[in-house]
Amino acid sequence: MDRINIAIIGSGNIGTDLLIKALRSKTIRPVWMVGIDPDSDGLRRARELGIKTTHEGVDGLLPFIEDDGIKIAFDATSAKVHPENAKKLEPRGVLMVDLTPAAIGKYCVPPVNLQEHVGTKSRNVNLVSCGGQATIPIVGAVRRVQPLEYAEIVATVASRSIGPGTRNNIDEFTRTTASGVAEIGGAKEGKAIIVINPAEPPIMMRDTIHCLTETEPDQDAIRASVEEMVKEVQAYVPGYKLKNGPVFDGRRVSVFMEVEGLGDYLPTYAGNLDIMTAAAVRTGEMFAQEMMKGNLHLEPVGS
Amino acid sequence: MDLRGRNVLLHDMSLRDGMHAKQHQISIEEMVAVSQALDAAGMPLIEVTHGDGLGGASVNYGFSRHSDEDYLRAVIPGLKNSRVSALLLPGIGTIDHLKMALDCGVSTIRVATHCTEADIARQHIEMGRKLGMDTVGFLMMAHMVDPDTLLTQARLMESYGSHCVYCTDSAGYMLPNDVTARISALREGLNPDTEIGFHGHHNLAMGIANSLAAIEAGAYRVDASAAGLGAGAGNTPMEIFVAVLDRMGVEHGVDLYRIMDVAEDLVVPLMDMPVRVDRDSLMLGYAGVYSSFLLFAQRASQKYGIPSRDILVELGRRKTVGGQEDMIEDVALDLRKLRESESSL
Repeated sequence: MDRINIAIIGSGNIGTDLLIKALRSKTIRPVWMVGIDPDSDGLRRARELGIKTTHEGVDGLLPFIEDDGIKIAFDATSAKVHPENAKKLEPRGVLMVDLTPAAIGKYCVPPVNLQEHVGTKSRNVNLVSCGGQATIPIVGAVRRVQPLEYAEIVATVASRSIGPGTRNNIDEFTRTTASGVAEIGGAKEGKAIIVINPAEPPIMMRDTIHCLTETEPDQDAIRASVEEMVKEVQAYVPGYKLKNGPVFDGRRVSVFMEVEGLGDYLPTYAGNLDIMTAAAVRTGEMFAQEMMKGNLHLEPVGS
Repeated sequence: MDLRGRNVLLHDMSLRDGMHAKQHQISIEEMVAVSQALDAAGMPLIEVTHGDGLGGASVNYGFSRHSDEDYLRAVIPGLKNSRVSALLLPGIGTIDHLKMALDCGVSTIRVATHCTEADIARQHIEMGRKLGMDTVGFLMMAHMVDPDTLLTQARLMESYGSHCVYCTDSAGYMLPNDVTARISALREGLNPDTEIGFHGHHNLAMGIANSLAAIEAGAYRVDASAAGLGAGAGNTPMEIFVAVLDRMGVEHGVDLYRIMDVAEDLVVPLMDMPVRVDRDSLMLGYAGVYSSFLLFAQRASQKYGIPSRDILVELGRRKTVGGQEDMIEDVALDLRKLRESESSL
């Protein structure tokens, strides 16, 4: 087995960008792309790239799971649809990498806790949110130096990079991100704020991370840890950049980040979407490696 | 201008927008005293929350002295006639906060977005309506778009169920003609039973003039603040506005002498510094920058040795919007880097 076959559900901006990234992977192979609109640009692109497509949703994929050996499905639909998709695919032995804020599965922020998912036999992992992927690594970098009483993140994104799904349920973003900041970042309490800026030309995604340490911050250790973490994220998101900081003010540690996307399918300013698709591929690749090593085999339920 | 016989609903901002000028440190006792005096003066609506609305308490915007819930539970039972509103900015506060505010007895929920992003308010406006609240859509930084764009966004808020939509001059940038153009567009384009509101800042000393222009063009709700206590150079000063409305024969129901006394006896003594047009707040209005950036820019100025005026102008140049307080320290650091590299040449 040279690569693990995967399906992408959702043929919107995220799904299409994910497809382009996944095609570059040495461990996963995109075989199916699932949409609901036969005329969508995403499905058209997929067909051009030689990927099998269906516009009948997950139901259109189900008959081909075994024959095409689909082991991992990336869900880039919506929090509302994800539970149904998961209910149909998980019993067939397909691992779900969930890019929606549904958060049924355990959170995964690759440089912070990807390894913790190894050997858990989980069938569903959730990628928190774009704001979470961009900020939780920094929270984790401060946390690995010393305990945090509180962590707060502010994600500022270009208006044009935020689709109707997020707009119709912005509370889901703030809640899911805040709980990811606390649980995965490792703070007693987490808070998330999202600001949408309509400036033209569109602004790059910006993220500010504020941590309150329990004791006096160890400035040198935190600086080194943050710099190292930035490099770890840059391994899969090259445009992840430390703009300013860490700034220290009493027990407050603030870090100012900017995220430029690769511009695969989405414009480079949409670093918020790019970091999601890049984290998804990273996560899928890790599981694929475990599958290829024979360490992870999800049996279809009832077989 | 003839406004005789017109009716307006005055809405006091001193205990919400005023929280910005107080770095969100107004005490419960002060809130209770001011709100009861406003009630006795006949103020129909009083806003109470953190300056950045429900859930605004944060590193980014500043932690308030008490929680929104503690303020609301202390203030509301002490009022005889005044009703209380709460502000909510989607992206900061959530529907959980809205439900908490309703449980505390808040009658009016005001859901605020940047003037181009009304659709992020859908779930909150719909929920406000569903729960039977007086529900207001609040379009901030309205100077940044033309009247037609503002109307398109206002129609979205109306379609979600807002009883009233505001044109909000968060930067105190507008001149009376700007207000007339926007309020007229809203009045002509929205359903006749949807109310129009105006919220001004006094950074160019246009609070009163702009509010009058708004009424003339069809606004029914007008925000002002006792002694002007609010972000930047403050809001439209309520007691002056009431005096002007009295002179012009506009119906509003607030007692002039009593509101003068609230301002002078209770609110002015609260001020940490005079809330007035100075070179920094003037620059907010001149450059079109969100009024609550003022104190943040002044603190960054002290910390990094960059004039606050330069920081504010740069924030305007970068087209920052409300809520981007985190940009202020970032911009100050950028300007310091730039100056260090220039001086080393």
